[in-house]
Amino acid sequence: MFVLVEMVDTVRIPPWQFERKLNDSVAEELNKKLANKVVYNVGLCICLFDITKLEDAYVFPGDGASHTKVHFRYVVFHPFLDEILIGKIKGCSPEGVHVSLGFFDDILIPPESLQQPAKFDEAEQVWVWEYETEEGAHDLYMDTGEEIRFRVVDESFVDTSPTGPNSAEAASSSEELPKKEAPYTLVAPWIERRPRT
Amino acid sequence: MEVKDANAALLSNYEVYQLLTDLKEQRKESGKNKHSAGQQNLNAITYETLKYISKTPCRNQSPAIVQEFLTAMKSHKLTKAEKLQLLNHRPMTAVEIQLMVEESEERLTEEQIEALLHTVTSILPAGPEDEQSKSTSNDVAMEEEDPA
Repeated sequence: MFVLVEMVDTVRIPPWQFERKLNDSVAEELNKKLANKVVYNVGLCICLFDITKLEDAYVFPGDGASHTKVHFRYVVFHPFLDEILIGKIKGCSPEGVHVSLGFFDDILIPPESLQQPAKFDEAEQVWVWEYETEEGAHDLYMDTGEEIRFRVVDESFVDTSPTGPNSAEAASSSEELPKKEAPYTLVAPWIERRPRT
Repeated sequence: MEVKDANAALLSNYEVYQLLTDLKEQRKESGKNKHSAGQQNLNAITYETLKYISKTPCRNQSPAIVQEFLTAMKSHKLTKAEKLQLLNHRPMTAVEIQLMVEESEERLTEEQIEALLHTVTSILPAGPEDEQSKSTSNDVAMEEEDPA
């Protein structure tokens, strides 16, 4: 579920923090910059794992702050393909079942990947699995708050960086294509329901 | 900012749990230094992730247990990803093993699946919710293993 990502970045420490140890200031700045943020094609950053190398710090003319190039490793949430995860159903919509992991919400199970046959109950706004046995059909509802197990099938990263003023017209048409505005979403077929205790 | 290696290492849920609890301790000790907007993100994500992992069986693991589990797994010839999934989820039924291990019908016989289940449940400690429902689910587990 979690991977370690090696990154390099230049960290700016303002002069009023010079009394603190460099390691602590750098760690705090990195966490401030990356925690709970999605890095394009990498994943959702959780927290700093460690600092591998600190290069020399420079002070540039006109700016009193020090700039340090840092090599560090960050803990990132990035499930691999076909990984099994357990999450809670956040809600259902005609697009599919929305699942949340608490810290990560944008997981969608499209209707094609649900156990067939499944149909969407408009009145209650839930997806229902019609399980056929010899006795008759049992309707298994996907209620909100239920824990389910699912396998990751696909992920999509959307570059949500702001566009410049010149290319505004060209960019607006291409950004409409991905409906999901979330920078990182997972698509997953539903596997089984965790047995209710 | 540059990403040197987007997949340097895989982390088990237990390692992340350990890291986050240590981080929380450190920040509590150093007092209320900065509850500014920057720290709020870190607080939010660590709280949510800790909450999620605390509900899984990884909470009760320790480095010794993980080591023991990995040495026991050597004989079963599983890929790294499969071993990681077994470690994170602690499957208790054959169905779960079939999901996590690719082509398990071809690679493992039924006795091997049973042996694998037994190794997993004996070495890895149960999760917090499993402990509560242990008495009720025991009967269910017995019935599921019989038809095998």
